[in-house]
Amino acid sequence: MTNSWTDIRNTDLVVIMGGNAAEAHPCGFKWVTEAKANRGAKLIVVDPRFTRSASVADVYAPIRQGTDIAFLLGLINYCIQNDKIHWDYVKAFTNAPYLVKDGFAYQDGLFSGYDEAKREYDKTSWDYQLGEDGFVMVDDTLTNPRCVWNLLKQHVSVYTPEMVERICGTPKDKYLKVAAMVAETSSPTKTMTSMYALGWTQHSKGSQNIRAMAMLQLLLGNIGMRGGGMNALRGHSNIQGLTDIGLMSNLLPGYMTLPTQKEVDLATYMSTRGFKPLRPDQMSYWQNYKKFFVSFQKSMWGEAATPANDFAYDWLPKLDVPGYDVLRAFELMHQGKMNGYVCQGFNPLLSAPNRKKCTEALSNLKFLVTMDPLDTETSRFWENHGQYNDVDSSKIQTEVIQLPSTCFAEDEGSLVNSGRWLQWHWAGGTPPGEAKSDNWIMAQIWRRLKALYEKEGGALPDPILKLRWPYANPDEPKADELARELNGYAIEAVYDPADPTKVLAEKGKQLLGFAQLRDDGTTSCGCWIYSGCFNENGNNMARRDNSDPDDAGFYSKWAFSWPANRRILYNRASADMNGQPWDPNRKVIAWNGQKWEGYDVPDVAPTAKPDVVGPFIMNPEGTARLFTRTMMKDGPFPVHYEPFESPITNPIAPKVRGNPAARVFKDDMAQFGDAEKFPYAATSYRLTEHFHFWTKHVQPNAVMQPEFFVEISEQLAEEKGIKPGGWVKVMSNRGEVRAKAVVTKRIKPLQCDGKTVHIVGIPLHWGFTGVAKKGFGPNTLTPFVGDANIETPEFKAFLVDIEAIAEPVA
Amino acid sequence: MYPPLPNPSVQPSAAVYGEQDLIRRSASSVPAPSRQLTEVAKLIDVSKCIGCKACQVACLEWNDMREEVGENRGVYDNPEDLTPAMFTLMRFTEWVNPESNDLEWLIRKDGCMHCADPGCLKACPAPGAIVQYSNGIVDFVHENCIGCGYCVKGCPFNIPRISKVDHKAYKCTLCSDRVAVGQGPACAKACPTQAIVFGPKEDMKQHAAKRIEDLKSRGFANAGLYDPPGVGGTHVMYVLHHADKPEIYADLPKDPKISPVVELWKGLTKYAGLTAIASFVGIGFLHHVVSGANRVSDEDERNAKRLTEDQTGGR
Amino acid sequence: MEKPYDVGPGERVHPGDPVTVDRYTTAARINHWITAASLVLLALSGLSMFHPSLFFLSKLFGGGENTRAIHPWIGVVLFFAFLGLFLRFWKANLWKREDGTWMARLRDVLTKHDENLPEVGKYNAGQKMVFWLMSILIIVLISSGFAIWDEYFSQYTTLDQKRIAVLVHSIAAIVIICVWIVHVYAAIWVRGTIRAMTRGWVTGGWAWRHHRKWLRELVTGKNDDSGAKRAR
Repeated sequence: MTNSWTDIRNTDLVVIMGGNAAEAHPCGFKWVTEAKANRGAKLIVVDPRFTRSASVADVYAPIRQGTDIAFLLGLINYCIQNDKIHWDYVKAFTNAPYLVKDGFAYQDGLFSGYDEAKREYDKTSWDYQLGEDGFVMVDDTLTNPRCVWNLLKQHVSVYTPEMVERICGTPKDKYLKVAAMVAETSSPTKTMTSMYALGWTQHSKGSQNIRAMAMLQLLLGNIGMRGGGMNALRGHSNIQGLTDIGLMSNLLPGYMTLPTQKEVDLATYMSTRGFKPLRPDQMSYWQNYKKFFVSFQKSMWGEAATPANDFAYDWLPKLDVPGYDVLRAFELMHQGKMNGYVCQGFNPLLSAPNRKKCTEALSNLKFLVTMDPLDTETSRFWENHGQYNDVDSSKIQTEVIQLPSTCFAEDEGSLVNSGRWLQWHWAGGTPPGEAKSDNWIMAQIWRRLKALYEKEGGALPDPILKLRWPYANPDEPKADELARELNGYAIEAVYDPADPTKVLAEKGKQLLGFAQLRDDGTTSCGCWIYSGCFNENGNNMARRDNSDPDDAGFYSKWAFSWPANRRILYNRASADMNGQPWDPNRKVIAWNGQKWEGYDVPDVAPTAKPDVVGPFIMNPEGTARLFTRTMMKDGPFPVHYEPFESPITNPIAPKVRGNPAARVFKDDMAQFGDAEKFPYAATSYRLTEHFHFWTKHVQPNAVMQPEFFVEISEQLAEEKGIKPGGWVKVMSNRGEVRAKAVVTKRIKPLQCDGKTVHIVGIPLHWGFTGVAKKGFGPNTLTPFVGDANIETPEFKAFLVDIEAIAEPVA
Repeated sequence: MYPPLPNPSVQPSAAVYGEQDLIRRSASSVPAPSRQLTEVAKLIDVSKCIGCKACQVACLEWNDMREEVGENRGVYDNPEDLTPAMFTLMRFTEWVNPESNDLEWLIRKDGCMHCADPGCLKACPAPGAIVQYSNGIVDFVHENCIGCGYCVKGCPFNIPRISKVDHKAYKCTLCSDRVAVGQGPACAKACPTQAIVFGPKEDMKQHAAKRIEDLKSRGFANAGLYDPPGVGGTHVMYVLHHADKPEIYADLPKDPKISPVVELWKGLTKYAGLTAIASFVGIGFLHHVVSGANRVSDEDERNAKRLTEDQTGGR
Repeated sequence: MEKPYDVGPGERVHPGDPVTVDRYTTAARINHWITAASLVLLALSGLSMFHPSLFFLSKLFGGGENTRAIHPWIGVVLFFAFLGLFLRFWKANLWKREDGTWMARLRDVLTKHDENLPEVGKYNAGQKMVFWLMSILIIVLISSGFAIWDEYFSQYTTLDQKRIAVLVHSIAAIVIICVWIVHVYAAIWVRGTIRAMTRGWVTGGWAWRHHRKWLRELVTGKNDDSGAKRAR
């Protein structure tokens, strides 16, 4: 989230698209009801199904799954055509006036530089024209045909309301109603908030779905504003923490990236991470990258990380591929190239696509370790459960080691919520049986590995042997010890750069925040964006002061929000070029002539002059990108691509199947189904009664939704002779599931490109462990392909067939 | 936001009301209470409800009840109906508004309405099994319940359920135990969107008025409060977008009243019946006093003897 | 020889002084007293749940819960017990011409002017009415009772049907109690009657006075309708 949950109550318009906040985030959804009840805010829900969110919406517009980009670029087109643009904001705070290289082009669904064989782009033409001064060339009049504004205008012009209706199946009147409401928030005194979740990410173009809305929000001037922003609703209570702390295979903590194997030393690594400003006098905050990186290395290896050894740079793993995401991992297991797998709090047998392939992959392993508070399907993948897990146990040789762990209520620590708040929690119970904390388990694995290296040696023992391990009880590091390490401390005294005699942090003390980090090895910090969470003021994550001056919605003394306790990212953009709020009623910060002050921590240097330094300091331009240069693998602008399995051909690019830059493994390509054999557009989702695969173990939750079902329209039910509450079989090219049928008015067939498209909804909470009735999940059916940029599997749009069956024998 | 009640202190505290505040007690009478408690109410704003069923789970947890894992029957309502363990239930209705032709997914939290004129209490034959406090809470006292099911018949909303295990009647207590220590009902505590709020009934009405104003501004011209006068008003009220058509919300009665059949049963029949029985006894007694016993006379015996002998002789 | 309609098995006249007449067999008496006990228990338990002032009666059954649980079972016993009585006595309770006359002269009945009454068979019109009312009411009670016997049968009726059933059950119960009062009072008032059910026999005088036609039938061993004609 750019903003916080509590800030949603400040909005005028909530757009829930690519998510179902009421269903999946009922507690956070309270802020939507607050905005509605107290401000008269309106709620728009755009979804293939009439969801629980839609049940309390002012406007519901149906959309075919996987066509969000067409809808959103259509909205951008509508705003441009109807002059509903926050012009001052766009001209000052975005890259609209910047000139793009002449080589950049877009035609028939493809950008310049496409290599069909490799399914990759050569992105060199996707960049700005630089002047001789090294800065981007700019046309403030927006008349140059090569400026981002005109390229964007041209790019979105195809997405007319008629085209949107043709692609998305959204009736034109509904679409125009939504468009008119959205466009109203181009006013400086109106804001719109975008709430989205896996409905946007779980597509082969998930990142671009989000970009499209972010671009719209920029054009409307809603980023950095109270009640505005791009608000990703995270699916697990700490999944925000997972990405923050760098648990992705290609990341380091704080969104730094793991080196590739081409980056042989620190100098090479840093050469592409210098982030020289692209416009005069800009902050370009990533210029501090080396401080964050070196401090991280010091937290890992302490005294063993020295300037002489590039701060132990060699001890970091180097990527030979873009990343070892879950799809690649299972592909490698399937090929027999990955032989061991450690599943920590993960149930891939139900949450990775193409379950049959997952079962085969796990069966190829030599060992599988699971760490979970609950009995997961993954840990029992080898066990025959009739139709629900039809495996031949005698043919599976994988050794499974199940390590029972504590659950969140049984240990202490912090959880990072969607709004980036690190909230400390305390143990509420004692773990049952032999369950141990993840900290204990990881410490034991490390200690045993270390002992083995000490005894037997190895190719590269240092990363293990020299790991810094400063915990009071080396067998079980405590949460507060780890939190202090993440915050960072001064290895040597830290001095003020402006006044070298002034000590900012004394030796051995916790650092106040990441501004005190140094790149010379005198500071240690496990995750720079968390710096400030546990400093000499104490554990700021444990703060529970819910005061909120002027009811502005910041609650700045409650817990700790990264970065630097900032509650709204890019909040400098809430004020105009003179530093005064666009909307006096929505002040976040304001320039008082000397410095920025207000409710929130300014997202710019406190003394950065408003007419000089741009608000988007993480970009070297200082502005936000409508044209994203080479950052995205599948194009600097979003394009509507159909899902890989789609009921229709892409009307704007008939020759392109799926996202042309998405990685597809060879065997998986062959397993895509087509609309002739599998005519219905399926989607998967969660239900509010359950939390993923956990709560089927919880009796009251199991009562609330006891049994696996699929949802279809009354029309499809009639066509296929399916009775409400009757049994059906749903088939894709990769498998089949059996379920009860919920026949509902909440799903309606859509008219797309002249075809009637029926939608089949498949929720995902059932498996073969727990107290709920045994059932299947949608991943038996879904295709093995992910988003082009981050490989989130395409769970939201695929093709199936459905038929009524007699009650299966269990 | 309606200000949430503060969390309770961890120190034990005395109940703020009890037996002395009863205004009605089934099949028995109570002395007039010396004070009038503030009337409380639970306000269920259907327009804010997202049907998450947190209230149902909170209800099960607080009351330490366990419902059986059922099956999917083609709808979202689970369990199928109120049960002796499940005191509250989200009822889902897919309703197409004939005016706009738009679908509306109406979700109503069903449960005891805590009527000011409670039909259950009126019907109950067991002294003290159903009580009503002056704050409006209608509560079942299980040690006095005999499990006859009359409350079920008395209730205009079809709420109480009889346990097959202990044969006692169960329903929402409005968390009388929580309210007694200054807390609100568990469902209201758990409700993420404040679709359920709890407080003095007058405050709830004012809160509802604001909600109704908001709904009217969104085009729900018939938005209104459901506080049916036919049962003297209720201490669980609904804000409905279509208050003119409560029946579209899973058959919420439009004008609920204690059934006239029940009124007849518990009214005229009860008194007339006893009068009739007493009259028959009385008349019999009087008759006996007046006319004396009907005795067989010696002549009757002689006649019998004669008849018998005649016949035997005739043979 | 045709057997009289109202003469049951075991009914026999014993000459002597006084004459005695066997009116009820041991089996019939046991049957009756089971029925009677059931009805009394049902009345007591039912009344305890009918009016708060009578709730104390539930203590006889070990409290309200037991009362609620036992009452319907006693009802089942009553039903079958009465069914036994019904099968025994239904024929003797068929309505005859003289019964109308008897009813028309109810004033004479109550004022003990038995001499003005027609000769009647084993049962007079009052007894027959008690019999038939009991029969009908018991059917009404058992069927309405099933509708409100929630422990086993709650799913078979709607709430509105249950409400009507409980009302009907109450009214029927009141009526049957009143009928029972009449029955018991008549037995007390007409001296010599109770012995018929306790010891099984009545005196010849009793039979002569109250059921002369029946006595004649027993004595003559045939059904004689002319007796009724003779009597007016």
